[in-house]
Amino acid sequence: MEPTTVITGFVALYIFMLAAFTGYEIIGRVPAILHTPLMSGSNFVHGIVVVGAMYALLNATTVLEQAIGFFGVLLGAGNAAGGYVVTERMLEMFKPSDKKKS
Amino acid sequence: MSPQLLIDISALLASFLFIYGLKRMSSPVTARSGIVVAGVGMLVAVLAAFLYYFGVSEAAKPHLTTNTILAATALGIGVGWAWWSGKKVAMTSMPQMVALYNGMGGGAAAAIGAVELLKTSGHHGALPLVVTIIGSLIGAISLSGSLIAWAKLDGRINGTWRIKGQQLLNGSVFLATLVLGLYIALVAHGHASPAVTGAFFALALIFGVLMTMPIGGADMPVVISLYNAFTGLAVGFEGYVLQNPALMIAGMVVGSAGTLLTLLMAKAMNRSVANVIFSNFGPAGDEVQGEIKGSQKPAEAGDAAINMRYASKVIIAPGYGLAVAQAQHKLFEFVKLLTDAGVEVKFAIHPVAGRMPGHMNVLLAEAGVPYDMIFDMEDVNGEFKEADVAIVIGANDTVNPAARTNKSSPIYGMPILNVDQAKQVYVVKRGQGKGYSGVENELFFADNCNLVYGDAQKVMVAMIQAVKSLDGGGH
Repeated sequence: MEPTTVITGFVALYIFMLAAFTGYEIIGRVPAILHTPLMSGSNFVHGIVVVGAMYALLNATTVLEQAIGFFGVLLGAGNAAGGYVVTERMLEMFKPSDKKKS
Repeated sequence: MSPQLLIDISALLASFLFIYGLKRMSSPVTARSGIVVAGVGMLVAVLAAFLYYFGVSEAAKPHLTTNTILAATALGIGVGWAWWSGKKVAMTSMPQMVALYNGMGGGAAAAIGAVELLKTSGHHGALPLVVTIIGSLIGAISLSGSLIAWAKLDGRINGTWRIKGQQLLNGSVFLATLVLGLYIALVAHGHASPAVTGAFFALALIFGVLMTMPIGGADMPVVISLYNAFTGLAVGFEGYVLQNPALMIAGMVVGSAGTLLTLLMAKAMNRSVANVIFSNFGPAGDEVQGEIKGSQKPAEAGDAAINMRYASKVIIAPGYGLAVAQAQHKLFEFVKLLTDAGVEVKFAIHPVAGRMPGHMNVLLAEAGVPYDMIFDMEDVNGEFKEADVAIVIGANDTVNPAARTNKSSPIYGMPILNVDQAKQVYVVKRGQGKGYSGVENELFFADNCNLVYGDAQKVMVAMIQAVKSLDGGGH
């Protein structure tokens, strides 16, 4: 399908610029203790690539395109699901001290 | 409501949830909910992607059923495998697992580019084609490079692989890839033969391997973070090609956040990113080693434990060796005994403790250590002077005073934990080996330093027993 949104070169640059600032601002103030989970979390976020891969696969017309598309969806799904699981596992463990105990 | 409108709305929602989720992830208090929020965004976007079914191009309609089954199968296998592997991976192996998942994302971005480039129909403008090529190039490098990073950290490839004229070889391969890519985009206008396109991707993958092979294990965290940023950029670029704003935003947010994170890590290791990629630590043992005065003095675990029990302030400097020995639970048990006895205990974390920044915090959190006992290097370094005891467990290079004084040392200039300023230093280590960088540690020869030899877990058990028998027998 032809997408309804048409993003021309300049609009794309605006989107990229604003998104880049957003990413910079979010990470800039993060304490070092969260660097590993955050790298993993941002790794999860670019797992959205699976959506693009699904688009490519659904629009595939040859066996070669189907094979590559299948590969893309497989890898993208791994990125998204794996990124989620390990990030969630790490963040689940961060707990403040229990004041009552001490 | 048309399927396309639903897709657009879900993409907008997903973009919002990603940014909001990442924002919540930037504080330990809200971090857990942050990943869940972002996860909901992902779920919405992926489910909505099946609506592409209703709007595929005419040419693809005969294949639609097959393609949908293929998509669902790939999704099932990918999610299933990643879920299983992510649940079972040990916390110590987290860096290589992140590298692996990241490489997969890069591969997916490259695959999108490949399908676009193989399409024989459709009008391709020069700009989208160049962007497709760049996205594919970055994605493919991220895929093969991350796989090498994973294999190295996982111990599947040992050592570094360096040859004479490597920079020249890497440079030529990169140039060849670039020329081929520009040919596809600007000369063939996206209608190059599959063989040429295949050659482009093969070269890009080879370059990723060549670029990563010479980089040593200690630098790998920076590389993983760099590839994380690469994948983000690749996803963002392919998002533009597919005219999908959600991919563009998510990709670029990660691209810039990842770049910043890479710079922060490189700075913490006192290296520039270019330095990491283009040159490396010299082979171990080659550099001139200054004469070290003094001798290594051993100490019994029990004596060290009792000394700490009667101290008023103890600072712990843990390293990766602690986690390798799986001693963090025992360590925390010991720390609880100390705090119950009124000793002030703090954990001091070097920015590169563990295998990547923040990794040690994760490993301590796994053992139940509350995050308000854990301090970053710059916050705690001034307190070592007042500490009665500093205990180093499984760390080496991050506490080596040579980084401050010895200009010939490869780690010269790296910020270190000032453990040597404490009144008494104990170092728990297995034997008389050197650190990851292959440098001898002057700290071990200092007058106020004693070494407790042994497996970290056994040492911690001995320490716990010493304090328990003391307190038990005293009443």
